[in-house]
Amino acid sequence: MNPRHVVLLSAVLCLAACGKPGAAPQAAAKTAPAVSAAPPAAAFVPPPDTAIPADEFGKQVALGRQIFLDPGRYAKAYVGNQLSCENCHLDAGRLARSAPLWGAYPMYPAYRSKNHRVNSFAERLQGCFNYSMNGKAPPLGDPVLVALESYAYWMSKGAPIGTALPGRGYPRLAKPASVPDYARGELVFKRDCALCHGGDGQGQQAAGRTVFPPLWGPQSFNWGAGMEQVGNAAGFIKANMPLGKGDTLSDQDAWDVAYFMDAHERPQDPRFNGSIPATRTAYHDTPDSLYGTTVNGQLLGQGTSAR
Amino acid sequence: MAVVTDKRHRLAAARFIACLIALFGLSRATVAWADSPPDGATIAHQGNGHGVAPCMACHAADGGGMSAAGFPRLAGLPQAYLRKQLDDFADGSRADPTMRPVASALSEAERDAMAAYYSRLPPPSAVAPAPPTGEAAQRAQLLATRGRWSAGLPACEQCHGLGGIGVGEHFPPLAAHSAVYMANQLHAWQQGRRHNDPMQLMQRVAAKLDEADIAALGAWYAAQPATPAKETAP
Ligand code: HEC
Ligand code: HEC
Ligand code: HEC
Ligand code: HEC
Repeated sequence: MNPRHVVLLSAVLCLAACGKPGAAPQAAAKTAPAVSAAPPAAAFVPPPDTAIPADEFGKQVALGRQIFLDPGRYAKAYVGNQLSCENCHLDAGRLARSAPLWGAYPMYPAYRSKNHRVNSFAERLQGCFNYSMNGKAPPLGDPVLVALESYAYWMSKGAPIGTALPGRGYPRLAKPASVPDYARGELVFKRDCALCHGGDGQGQQAAGRTVFPPLWGPQSFNWGAGMEQVGNAAGFIKANMPLGKGDTLSDQDAWDVAYFMDAHERPQDPRFNGSIPATRTAYHDTPDSLYGTTVNGQLLGQGTSAR
Repeated sequence: MAVVTDKRHRLAAARFIACLIALFGLSRATVAWADSPPDGATIAHQGNGHGVAPCMACHAADGGGMSAAGFPRLAGLPQAYLRKQLDDFADGSRADPTMRPVASALSEAERDAMAAYYSRLPPPSAVAPAPPTGEAAQRAQLLATRGRWSAGLPACEQCHGLGGIGVGEHFPPLAAHSAVYMANQLHAWQQGRRHNDPMQLMQRVAAKLDEADIAALGAWYAAQPATPAKETAP
C-alpha cells in the first residue's frame, strides 16, 4: 500500500458511513409529542427502470442497480455480511423516506461535521461498505463506485441540485413520550418483527439467499453504521417496518424496538482503538448510540467474531 | 361474461364430483380404529372413520391437489403452516364450506398427524402449465419480484422467497399452486372470508391487487417449479 492510499484509507475510515451523528433523542425525552407529523408527500418521482438507456452509460447504471440489489454477488470483495443496500433503502433505492438515492445524490459534495471535511458522493458510498456492509471501502475510481454513482445520478434526473427534497433520508421522529426501553422494545419485537427476522434477530434464508435480513449479530451492520444510532433506526422502522405495513407502529413502539435492536451485539466498529470507552468517546459520544453503555446487564461494543 | 359462467359451472361440477368420491371412499372405510396415535397416511387414504373423508379424494393421492377444482397441493408445505390452517378452517378465521367440516371433525392429534404427513411428502412434480406471456407475464414478474412500491406493495418474493418457494414455517410456497386456487385465496382475503394471516400481512397485500394482477400472478406462480430452480445467471 503506498502512502497516498494510507491517507485515503484513514480518511475513509473517518467517514460516518450511512449515518448522521447528532440528535440526542433519549436525553430530552421529557418534552415529548407522542406522534410525528404525517409523512410529507414525496414530490419527486424517479424514472422507471425501463428508462435505463441501452448504451454504454446505461450499462453502468444497470450494473449499479445490480450491485445495489445484491452487493454480496456483484461487489463481493467489499462486502462482509448478508445485507444488501436495498435492505435499508427500499425499492432499489427509490422509495421516499427510505433514504432514496434521488434524495441523496443532489446533496453532495457536502460538509460532514463527523470528519470535518467536505465529502464527495463517492466518499459517502465508501462509508456504506465500511459500516453498513461491514466490509471494506472500494477505492475511489473503483468500477463498483462508478456504477453505483451512475445509478444514483441517473435516478436523480430532474431533481434540483442542492435542495433537500421531501422524502430524503429517513424521517426524524419526534422525541418519544417515555425514554426508550429495552423490555418494552422486546415486546414490540416479538409481536411485530420476529415472524420475519426470527426470534433471535438473525433473519431467515431460503435456498441460500437472505430473504429476511439479520438485525444484529455477525452477519448484520457493524457498530459504525448509521442504523446503530437509535434515532436513525426508529425513523427507518416507523416509515418502513413491518414490511408492507409502514407507518402503523406508534412513535413510542418504533423508538422502543429500535432501542432493543441497537442494544444487541454486532461486529466491532472498524475505528475501534483498543478500548471500548475510548472508542465511545471518539466516535459514539451521543445518547443516540448505545456503544460502550451497559444495557440489560451487558456492556455493549464488544463486537462479534468475524465470519 | 359467458366464459366466466362456464368456468364457474365446471368448477362447481368438479367440486361436486370430488365430494361424491369422498363420500364413497368414506363408506368403504372399514379400518379398525384402535387407540394408537392417528396415522396420517391412513387418514389421507381412508378417512378417519368418524366423519372425515379421505383427503386424497380432493388433494390427490400424492398430495398434489386438483388444479381445475381449486383443491390445493398439500405435499411439501411447511408443517406449522398446515397445522395452523386446519385450526383456522375449524374456527372459521379461514371460512371455507368444503374444508370446515373436514377440519372440525379432526381431533387435535389427527391435525398434528396430517400436518406432519403432508409436510413430509415430496413437493408435486407434475408438469407445470405454460407460463403467461406478453402483458400478463410482465405484470406478474414485476409484482412477484419488485412489487408496486408506488402503492406501498412489497414484492411477493420478499416474503415468499425467490420463485415463491416459501420461507420457513410461516411463509408458504406459492410455486406450483394452481391459478384457480391462488385467485380463490386472494379473493377470500379481499372479501374477508380468509382473515387468518399473521399481522394481517396478506389482507394488506390482497387489498392492493386488481383482477388483472390476480389472474397474472396465478398463472405466473402455477408455472414456477415447486423446488428451487438451479441458480442461473441473472
Ligand atoms: C443497515 C442498513 C443500511 C445498509 C445495508 C445500507 N445503508 Fe445506506 N444508509 C443507512 C442509513 C441509516 C443512512 C443514513 C440515513 C439518514 O441519515 O437519514 C444511510 C445513508 C446512505 C446514503 C446517503 C443518504 C443521504 O440522503 O444523504 C447513501 C447514498 C447510501 N446510504 C447508500 C448505500 C449503499 C450504496 C449501500 C450498499 C452498498 C447502503 N447504503 C447500505 C443504512 C444502510
Ligand atoms: C413481513 C416481514 C417483516 C416484518 C414483520 C418486519 N420486517 Fe424488517 N425487513 C423485512 C425485509 C424483507 C427487509 C428487507 C427489505 C428489502 O430488502 O426491501 C427488512 C429490513 C429491515 C431492516 C434493515 C435491514 C437490517 O437487517 O438491518 C431493519 C432494521 C428492520 N427490517 C427492522 C424491523 C423491525 C424492528 C421490525 C418490527 C417492528 C420489522 N423489521 C418487521 C421484513 C420484515
Ligand atoms: C371434499 C374435498 C376435500 C377434502 C375431502 C379435503 N379437502 Fe382440504 N381443501 C379442500 C379445498 C376446496 C381447499 C381450499 C379451500 C379454500 O379455497 O380456502 C382445501 C384446503 C386445504 C388446506 C389448506 C392448504 C393451504 O395451502 O393453505 C389444508 C391444510 C387441507 N385442505 C387439508 C386437508 C386434509 C388434511 C384433509 C383430509 C383430512 C382434507 N384437506 C380433505 C377440499 C378438500
Ligand atoms: C409482507 C409479507 C407478504 C407478502 C409481501 C406477500 N405475502 Fe402472501 N402470505 C404471507 C403470509 C404470512 C401468508 C400465510 C398466511 C397464513 O398463515 O394463513 C401468505 C399466504 C399467501 C397465500 C396462501 C397460500 C396457501 O397455501 O393458501 C397466497 C396465495 C399468497 N400469500 C399470495 C401472495 C402474492 C400473490 C403476493 C404478492 C402480490 C404475496 N402473497 C405477498 C405474507 C406475504
